[in-house]
Amino acid sequence: MSKRPSKEMNKYWRVGEPMVWLSGAALTLTLLSAVTLLVVIVMNGLGVFWPSNIEQVKLTDGTAVYGQFVRSEETADGSGLRHQYKIANRDLYGLDFRWIDQTDIASTGHPRDLIVLERSEHGDFYGTLQQLFTVAGNSVAATFDNLQQQLSAAKHDLELLSELEKKLNDASYEMEQMRLTLLKFDYEGVPAGALERQELEQRKSELDARFADLIELQTRRVDDARKAKAVFADAGGRGKEVVLLDIVQAYTPNTMSTTDKVIFYGGKLVELVAGEPRESNTEGGLFPAIFGTVMLIFVMSLFSFPFGVIAAIYLREYAKEGPLVRIVRIAVNNLAGIPSIVYGIFGLGFFVYGIGHSIDALFFPERLPTPTFGTGGLLWASLTLALLTVPVVIVSTEEALGAIPREMREGSYALGATKFQTLYRVLLPMASPGIMTGLILAMARAAGEVAPLMITGVVKLAPALPIDGNFPFVHLDRKFMHLGFHIYDIGFQSPNVEAAKPMVFVTTLLLVLIVLLMSSVAIRLRNKMKKRYTFGTF
Amino acid sequence: MTTLKIENPVIEVEDLRFFYGESRALHGIDLKFPEKRVTALIGPSGCGKSTLLRCFNRMNDLVDGSRVEGQVLLDGENIYDRNTDIIELRRKVGMVFQKSNPFPKSIYENVIYGLRIAGENDKALFDERVETSLKGAALWDEVKDRLNESALGLSGGQMQRLCIARAIAVNPKVILMDEPCSALDPKSTARVEELIGELRENFTIIIVTHNMQQAARVSDLTAFLFEGNLIEFGVTEQLFVKPQNKQTEDYITGRFG
Repeated sequence: MSKRPSKEMNKYWRVGEPMVWLSGAALTLTLLSAVTLLVVIVMNGLGVFWPSNIEQVKLTDGTAVYGQFVRSEETADGSGLRHQYKIANRDLYGLDFRWIDQTDIASTGHPRDLIVLERSEHGDFYGTLQQLFTVAGNSVAATFDNLQQQLSAAKHDLELLSELEKKLNDASYEMEQMRLTLLKFDYEGVPAGALERQELEQRKSELDARFADLIELQTRRVDDARKAKAVFADAGGRGKEVVLLDIVQAYTPNTMSTTDKVIFYGGKLVELVAGEPRESNTEGGLFPAIFGTVMLIFVMSLFSFPFGVIAAIYLREYAKEGPLVRIVRIAVNNLAGIPSIVYGIFGLGFFVYGIGHSIDALFFPERLPTPTFGTGGLLWASLTLALLTVPVVIVSTEEALGAIPREMREGSYALGATKFQTLYRVLLPMASPGIMTGLILAMARAAGEVAPLMITGVVKLAPALPIDGNFPFVHLDRKFMHLGFHIYDIGFQSPNVEAAKPMVFVTTLLLVLIVLLMSSVAIRLRNKMKKRYTFGTF
Repeated sequence: MTTLKIENPVIEVEDLRFFYGESRALHGIDLKFPEKRVTALIGPSGCGKSTLLRCFNRMNDLVDGSRVEGQVLLDGENIYDRNTDIIELRRKVGMVFQKSNPFPKSIYENVIYGLRIAGENDKALFDERVETSLKGAALWDEVKDRLNESALGLSGGQMQRLCIARAIAVNPKVILMDEPCSALDPKSTARVEELIGELRENFTIIIVTHNMQQAARVSDLTAFLFEGNLIEFGVTEQLFVKPQNKQTEDYITGRFG
């Protein structure tokens, strides 16, 4: 006979002690993985914009290089360490990063006159200032202060230029509208001599002239402004002429105090949130992507929230319980399990090609074969995501309605309320916290989706935001940028992956923060409702 | 069964049979409820007393697969007639439930709920009804300073009295009470019972209770039901002191069977 477990052991199992430990361990593991992921993102993301000191590394072979230390690792043969430096000056060296063996380094130092240039092209430049020329072509003393002065003058020029650019954009938008009207005239068979056609032609020729003037003015101004230049030298003394207009900003990290660095860091963060992307998205700001993401989720909620709630109300309150309703419910629950790319394909086939093409054929036949709605866009991407998240809203709304005690309904009916009055005055307010939970889950899910967007309207670089000053102000047919796609794009499609890496972390961090922000707003709202409709005071 | 002479019946039940699907819950009940009196329905669990009560405001319509045969006359009109306006009926026949069920709204809004859903929108009328109803439900003094606070912050007894106030705010003829005190402590129970005594001056009250002492205390008439049949109906004192029927006697003396 086998030995029976001791009494204590028996009790130990009966009380369920191991279960407690197991569930505790599972919880810890989940928490730990979430926290680790966040820590990795935060650690890598937050440090990107800090202006670290730049070293001058003198090598044993007599050459020298300026570089920002990135990390160290053991060499392949294990003989020593090697260090990775960001050496910038991509246009001179062809590479941004360089590995230097410890044994090759003679000495390192932090030269105080070293300047870091953030350029609108070719990435950063590390070097010392040699010569400085003003717009008028005069040479001025090559000091950092003078450089800053000239740079702010150049910035002023740039602002003037961008005003001009805005005018140009407006003019070209107007031209596009005219072209479309003309197409419409052609389609409708308005005769060549018709009055409206003549009028349009005249307006068009006026606009063309204005446009040409603007272009010429712009070219002249740009040529003028580009005369302000500076010559920099790299660590090896190689000279490089840089047009001041191409410099986004210049700073000297080796002489900056911590306060200066904090201010600089803050400025970079503002640029990140509010600025436009540069350098095939690996530098500059993320504003269009942030805007696109938030707008996408907003429009998605606009569709999925009401439809989900109404569908759930019908399922729970009006539909007669039976095989059909059960099938519908199973189908809804299973919708949540379909791979999101399938939704994307469905969105492309149904919304873009199906509905979009029909809209084009009905309302914009003159523009064909150029599609208006028959191509990916914010509206179709939002609808696709709405389809993807609607089951979440339905399930949580149904649960919230089902959790309301029967007495509440009966109390309302007993006072002579109709079904609709009961629903509207008692049930929906009481279910609202649960419905909000569904919306929060739906929004979080939608914010994290990339795959379906890639075929329904997201682009690497959108020429215009979905909202602007041109009638009708909201352009849901436009393509848009998205943080999630941005991560994929710069992380895996960028020509210079090493240089883009910091941006991947920053973008991820930003996406997580946006989801967090939106959820916490929704959670606050939910808690307010909970307080109001379950217990406590108004 | 004793024949009891009822003056001015408000509700007359004639051969009422009720079915849940195939199973029959009420086997032909005949009863008359006098105006401005408290009538108690007693009987063991599952005897059909709640079902009977819920037939009077057609609350049973909400139950899937239920079926009613026979008649219930309210002021001489059959409420199971095809043309009955259920909304109108429920405004005439109010109900208070076993579990207090105030809505997650302010005390004020709870009281005027019935008026609001009837399309009423007169602020002066609301104010007046709130005061009279809450006074009628003996709750006014306790809540008059916090009418705009959530009703969910009240105690259990207060909530139940609020539900009574809510029911009388629409001026019903009849108030149905389905074990209104079963979830209350003795003190709150005493207050509600006292309140029932006051309400009988203006309303006809039908109360279902498990508690025979309560039935004896608050009611003028008592009906004893058993397994879907009306066993005995009579003046409360007589029924409790000198029951005519063996089953009634067994039940009220605790020798159930």
